[in-house]
Amino acid sequence: MSISRRKFLKWIGAAGLGSTIGKSALAASTKHFEGYPESFGVLHDITRCVGCRSCEAACAKVNELPLPDKPFTDLSVLQEKRRTTETAYTVVNKYEVAGKKAPVFVKKQCNHCLEPACASVCFVRAFKKTETGAVTYDASVCVGCRYCMIACPFEIPAYEYNEALTPRIMKCTMCYPRVIKGQLPACVEACPTEALTFGKRVDLINIARERIRKYPDRYIDHIYGETEMGGTSWMYISGVPFSEIGMREDLGVTPAPKLTSGALSAVPVVVGLWPVFLMGLFAISKRKEIVSRQELEETVRSVSDKANVKLADALARARKEKEAAVEKEVKKALEKAAQSRSKEDI
Amino acid sequence: MSDKAAIGVKTWFTPFNVVSGFIIIVGIVLSILRFTMGLGAVTNLSNDNPWGLWIGFDLFVGVALAAGGYVTSAAVYLLGMKKYHSAVRPAVLTGFIGYALVVFALTYDVGRPWRLPYPFLIQQGTTSLLFEVAGCVALYLTVLFLEFMPAPLEWLGLKKVRELAVRLTLALTVVGVVLSTLHQSSLGAIFLIAPSKLHPLWYSPYLPVFFFISSIAAGLSMVIFESTLSHHYFADKMDETHLNENEGVTLGFGKAASFVLAGYFMIKVMGIAGGDNWRLLGTSYGLWFLVELLGFVALPSFLYAVGVRNRDLKLIKWTAVWTVLGIVVNRLNVTLIAFNWQLPSDQRYFPHWMEIATSVFIVTIGIVVFRFIVTKMPIFYEHSDYKDIH
Repeated sequence: MSISRRKFLKWIGAAGLGSTIGKSALAASTKHFEGYPESFGVLHDITRCVGCRSCEAACAKVNELPLPDKPFTDLSVLQEKRRTTETAYTVVNKYEVAGKKAPVFVKKQCNHCLEPACASVCFVRAFKKTETGAVTYDASVCVGCRYCMIACPFEIPAYEYNEALTPRIMKCTMCYPRVIKGQLPACVEACPTEALTFGKRVDLINIARERIRKYPDRYIDHIYGETEMGGTSWMYISGVPFSEIGMREDLGVTPAPKLTSGALSAVPVVVGLWPVFLMGLFAISKRKEIVSRQELEETVRSVSDKANVKLADALARARKEKEAAVEKEVKKALEKAAQSRSKEDI
Repeated sequence: MSDKAAIGVKTWFTPFNVVSGFIIIVGIVLSILRFTMGLGAVTNLSNDNPWGLWIGFDLFVGVALAAGGYVTSAAVYLLGMKKYHSAVRPAVLTGFIGYALVVFALTYDVGRPWRLPYPFLIQQGTTSLLFEVAGCVALYLTVLFLEFMPAPLEWLGLKKVRELAVRLTLALTVVGVVLSTLHQSSLGAIFLIAPSKLHPLWYSPYLPVFFFISSIAAGLSMVIFESTLSHHYFADKMDETHLNENEGVTLGFGKAASFVLAGYFMIKVMGIAGGDNWRLLGTSYGLWFLVELLGFVALPSFLYAVGVRNRDLKLIKWTAVWTVLGIVVNRLNVTLIAFNWQLPSDQRYFPHWMEIATSVFIVTIGIVVFRFIVTKMPIFYEHSDYKDIH
């Protein structure tokens, strides 16, 4: 078995830190959400779109969005690449693709992810993946933190920056209010070329596969949105590579919530174990302190004991010496006295 | 302070008051603009760039630089490093003011600030890392407030309540470290959701670990930095213990910061290895990444080590400034500079001058409040009634 340097470094990294954040338990679980059964979606056949902007007009009307400065029939706006805004839930962009004579038109709107990033990151659960397939937004709880806009890989949610106190997130609702009444989304209804097909998501995938199978020269063999970011309710088929028409091909198939579930699963572990670890550190430092104090006391005691013994010895010796000295002096004095007496006697 | 004050003629027109007063007046005007005209009138935010300076600097940098509180109290109360005791109060105060300002700044940035309690009271979005950050920041702000309480209580002479507050120290320290671990790391984890928008050199599954470890270095460096400034401006407020312990704090914290930065450097390198992003180091973003990694992580780690070995306090203090700057660079890289790196340059974000002015206004409020508190309350000295207690 040969191990490349890169693999080895990866392992080291994973071994050292994977335990704290790593891939989550969820990522390893067998659960995989494939969308609500029977939920709806829209298939956008990019090869059929002619860039007439009828969908934009219908969308603005149904959602009561303010009319743009240039009317929807003015196709000169297609010269610029546009994104969804707080006044436009959907936009059509035009791409000149090398090798293609005619330009390619792509409609852009919320893709209504099966496991939406916006819903996953919203800390008031303002977004909801409904059973119709539509991802809806509830402005009545929204705080306006705009984390959904950071999270959305398709750069869809827009914000009312010019509202001082009541700004909302604005995005396509897949015409949820119409769909639950049995109506088509406005854009689908308005499309004159049937570039948009509304239906159950499972059926749409089959329709898309069928078209690709029947006309392999017309289509790239990929349904965009079938697996991107874990799958979306809006899906696309195209005759040119998606990366050439402003759609990212590097998003991967991991549903957004899985990206953060590892970090989230570390939270309870930290809450549970950190206090134990910290109190352990505290206990160790406390114990060290107690032990060092005891050792100090013991040392002091033993030193002072020794000193006491020495002192007693020294005192005894001193006393003896003193006594001896006194005796000696007394003797001397007596001898002197005796001598002087004997002198006097003579 | 000024000569006039010394001879008894009180004047409000000190240089400090004039400058801070001017900034605050500008800030008030901008606040009125923000809350009457909306974010669009005072910021360069857009649908492509929903987070700007007020999140990148005020929130991300603010939280990282307020880490001194938990780092210092953990060192003193949990690890028993009592020789740093005099550093606790200034650090906790700095942390408390820092977090209070983070929350204050958020009221400017979010659309409907009065709804900030909604995630807790109305509807809980528990799958959001922002929910966790918000919860931890709210709780930690409370913890810091309680940790700070002994100082104002001593100032007010409320002995019994102070006694109670002091008894909570150990529990508060543990809770504070737990909460800090969580939200410091979760701030990094916030960007885990956007691998397609954050440059791969900065995006890593280790982001939470990077943020947590670098917050320790930030906290240690901020304590050194803050004490350097305080010694310059408030030396007259400091008692002998504080002055005597200061050299030890600088050396000890410098040493710790050197090690932490070394570890941080190692895991950052592992981050490149883990994502196999070596080839990206040759790009222009790669060069900028190397500036951050070598210039603001490896270099200060080395300089701290040299400073500690040579007992060169001046070098340690300058290294602290450099490290703090490095944290600013890192947080701005993740939130603004390396975020949306794939967008064409005309769609990239650069802060409006009014955003910058508002951030300066908020920092100024912090300095004014800090100055007020340290001149009134026992922060740099022990209150005469409570000496010998510890």
